[in-house]
Amino acid sequence: MTTSQSGADLRIINTTKRFGDFVAVDDLTLTIPAGSFFALLGPSGCGKTTTLRMVAGLEEPTAGTILIGDEDVTWAKPYKRPVNTVFQSYALFPHLDIYENVAFGLRRRGVKDVKKTVEDMLALTELTGLAKRKPQQLSGGQQQRVALARALINQPAVLLLDEPLGALDLKLRRQMQLELKRIQTEVGLTFVHVTHDQEEAMTMADTIAVMNAGRVEQLGAPADLYENPSTTFVANFLGQSNFFDGIVTHRSGDYASVTVQGQNVSIPVSRVHTQGSSVHVGVRPEKLRIQYRDDAQVNDNDNRLEAVVSDSSFIGVSTQYLVDTAWGQELTVFAQNTHRDERLVPGAKVVVSWAPDHTFALDAAQDVDAGVEIDEDAATPDPVGATS
Amino acid sequence: MSGGAVAATAVEQQDIRSHPGGGATESKGVGTSKWTPYILLTPGFLWLALFFIIPTVMLLLFSLYSGSLDQGYSFEFPGNWSTYSAVWEYRAQFFRSFLFAGLSTFFCLALAYPLAYFIAFKSGKWKATLLVLVIAPFFTSFLIRTLAWKTILADDGPVVTFMNWAHITNVLALLHLTETDRVLNTPLSVVLGLTYNFLPFMVLPLYASLDRMDPRLVEAAQDLYSSPWTALRKVTWPLSLPGVVAGTLLTFIPAAGDYINAELLGTTKVSMIGNVIQDQFFVVTDYPTASALSFVLMLTILVLVFFYVRRAGTEELV
Amino acid sequence: MATTTATAAQQEAPAVRTTKRPSGPFRWVRERIIPIIGLLVLFYMFLPIFVVVMFSFNQPNGRFNYQWVKFSFDAWTNLCSVGGLCESLQLSLVIGLLATLGAVILGTLMAFGIARYRFRGRSGSNLLVFMPMATPEVVMGSSLLTWFVLLAFARGTTTILIAHVMFCLSFVVVTVKARIAGLDPRLEQAAMDLYANERTTFWRVTFPLVLPGIVGASLLAFSLSFDDFIVTNFNSGSTVTFPMFVWGAAQRGTPPQINVVGSLMFIVSLTIVLIAQVVQRRRKKA
Repeated sequence: MTTSQSGADLRIINTTKRFGDFVAVDDLTLTIPAGSFFALLGPSGCGKTTTLRMVAGLEEPTAGTILIGDEDVTWAKPYKRPVNTVFQSYALFPHLDIYENVAFGLRRRGVKDVKKTVEDMLALTELTGLAKRKPQQLSGGQQQRVALARALINQPAVLLLDEPLGALDLKLRRQMQLELKRIQTEVGLTFVHVTHDQEEAMTMADTIAVMNAGRVEQLGAPADLYENPSTTFVANFLGQSNFFDGIVTHRSGDYASVTVQGQNVSIPVSRVHTQGSSVHVGVRPEKLRIQYRDDAQVNDNDNRLEAVVSDSSFIGVSTQYLVDTAWGQELTVFAQNTHRDERLVPGAKVVVSWAPDHTFALDAAQDVDAGVEIDEDAATPDPVGATS
Repeated sequence: MSGGAVAATAVEQQDIRSHPGGGATESKGVGTSKWTPYILLTPGFLWLALFFIIPTVMLLLFSLYSGSLDQGYSFEFPGNWSTYSAVWEYRAQFFRSFLFAGLSTFFCLALAYPLAYFIAFKSGKWKATLLVLVIAPFFTSFLIRTLAWKTILADDGPVVTFMNWAHITNVLALLHLTETDRVLNTPLSVVLGLTYNFLPFMVLPLYASLDRMDPRLVEAAQDLYSSPWTALRKVTWPLSLPGVVAGTLLTFIPAAGDYINAELLGTTKVSMIGNVIQDQFFVVTDYPTASALSFVLMLTILVLVFFYVRRAGTEELV
Repeated sequence: MATTTATAAQQEAPAVRTTKRPSGPFRWVRERIIPIIGLLVLFYMFLPIFVVVMFSFNQPNGRFNYQWVKFSFDAWTNLCSVGGLCESLQLSLVIGLLATLGAVILGTLMAFGIARYRFRGRSGSNLLVFMPMATPEVVMGSSLLTWFVLLAFARGTTTILIAHVMFCLSFVVVTVKARIAGLDPRLEQAAMDLYANERTTFWRVTFPLVLPGIVGASLLAFSLSFDDFIVTNFNSGSTVTFPMFVWGAAQRGTPPQINVVGSLMFIVSLTIVLIAQVVQRRRKKA
């Protein structure tokens, strides 16, 4: 069993996991490049934790292959894989002190002199001085760092983190997000981080795989996923989206034309993620510009609509508007409060406009409400999903 | 049987909490072959089979034997059913055993409930200490403690003298519980002895059950116009029922078969079926009859327990 | 203006209902009724112990120790002067240790089997383990006796030992099983994640964490065995354990030395438990 194989990719190939009739992971294929901070993002039950456990060896796949570099580890026992896990509940050994907890993996692998390595790791995770304590005597944040130290010290080819920050309060969580990112950059190992918190994933990861019902919906860098979602699930799960139903009328050159309620909307062809003619046209609330209709100034190229304000909420950094379109659809608009227009009150007639480059079009066959969830942990207020 | 049953059941009830499973529920232990559980269980199972199950069957068998200790016992087909006539002969003792067991169980419940409630909800930092104190009496031989009651309830001791002076004994005598100037060697002292012996058996399961209850439920009840007494009746009591069932069983069953209290604190006039069985085995040496009585006792208890548990509706005893 | 407002207010304000803080002679008692009853019950439970300890310092006239005569250390200094007492005590201790050993070994194996594996007959096993706990001692003792008689197995120390292992077994299984069930399975997964194979995981993680349960079960088994009377009485033949000695003494004569042993048992066990408590509390703080 080789120890650190930095320079080795993690490849999950056509992997399926069934629990009786329930398919937790559905023919998943994923390559996680060496040295990256990779996030598996998705709601509860989407299969992300199961995938993680299969990589760790704590679950056996029903079908498929898992490779670390060139080594096929699909059926290898957990203690024979160059993989370590930071568990959601930390799983620290209550009968051992911190020093022995951290040294556990080293000792099992027969490393003779662990003192310096352990002390260095304790310093890295800012736990020096707590070596003789027992886990029960530590705070949540400290326990989390012990769990990390214990896994990290073995320099695994892949470090798996199963929602490790879930039990921490908001402030501590933010702090730890930055810490983990810093450590990963410093140490250069591959981190695979499982979470349901989209902000956390976007903050920390180089690459995100959004998972839903056992499959990957979309894979990419946070900005790519956010700005150019290819499914309604991703569009709704990361941030919020407004959707209109439309028919593609024209699709040549750089831009496609889509008719929405009799009006023409322009979308770059690269952002139309379907070949069909029925589409959901999507645009994010913060990309919409809202102006009082009487003196609105809109660029010629921009898409525009007329609407009436039905609600406005001042949130400090921004104001959230709900507007009703002429055909009765409600849109959400986030306007940053740099030049706040006091006239935009309920009942006000407004023009909503946005750049074509900020539009995306998705297959109309997809559920327009997919991925819309009430996230109790999020710091932001309830996302008001787009309605059709 | 000492505080073992109590402690064990209490521990059992407390620790059976479900785990947020870390995925699969298979356990990977040392040796995951199909035969591992059977291998692990076999030694203990054999011991129980050999020294519990088979003896019980033997009891039934032996009750149908005829003969005597000197001449030897033998089985003559179709069996010596006359031994079972003893059941009718000693019906008074059977009845008295169940009566005493029932009474002492009731008293145990009445005394244990407030104590368990106190420890679970009102003891604050003294909780652990109090629990130790509840188990503590069991660290002394229960025979010695029962003998101590002979001192406490001695005819000219302070307790009985007081009771005589306050005419409490007169009242009790009218109920045929005691004699007019004596408490010792009366039905009452036997029941008191039984109650005393099995009190911790009732306290610990009750405590375990009450401890699991969220105390804010009582606050909610009071918020919804319940007096403390109503809250007790409608909220606390129903939620503590599993503990009540466990406690009453752990008290009633051994009490029904007890003969020590009757022997030490009673007279031959208040003997229980346990006394009779012991007598039959060791004095009369009529083993078949003794076995018959023993078997019927076991059967009766099993039947009673079965219907009781059925009615109480808890299966979470083991 | 102010006056008109004032008069208007006076006319409109309804009569205010005042409530007094509840008081009364029984108030104090009523509020504390539960702790009071609880402590009374506790006192009731301890009363015989006080008597036992107190009367160990008694110097009785005659054979029985039920009346206070005068204070004396005699019983404490001459513990073994009573014939048969120390012998029976020694026998009970030896049997206790051996029975505990047997019951703990068999019981721990069983507990792991039942708690850790799913197999046919699991609920049956649970029932089987529960049954001895739910059987009156009279029945258990007499059934074993008939079995031994049928086998023409002489009753003595061996039969006592067999019986003790039998009824201690269930308690060990239940206690250890509860401890195993309370173990977080992810600790073992973490160990395997950290390169410990199944055997190492068991001995380095599982067993140390279950050990407190096993220790508790041992103490339980020992106290059950040491203090057992009924089952022992049925199956002892002519051997005399300490409880049997006390029983005989109740007929023949109760020397205060019995109380001495009782007091010692109490003090020793109480000390063990209190030490365990202190150790636990100190572990939590540090």
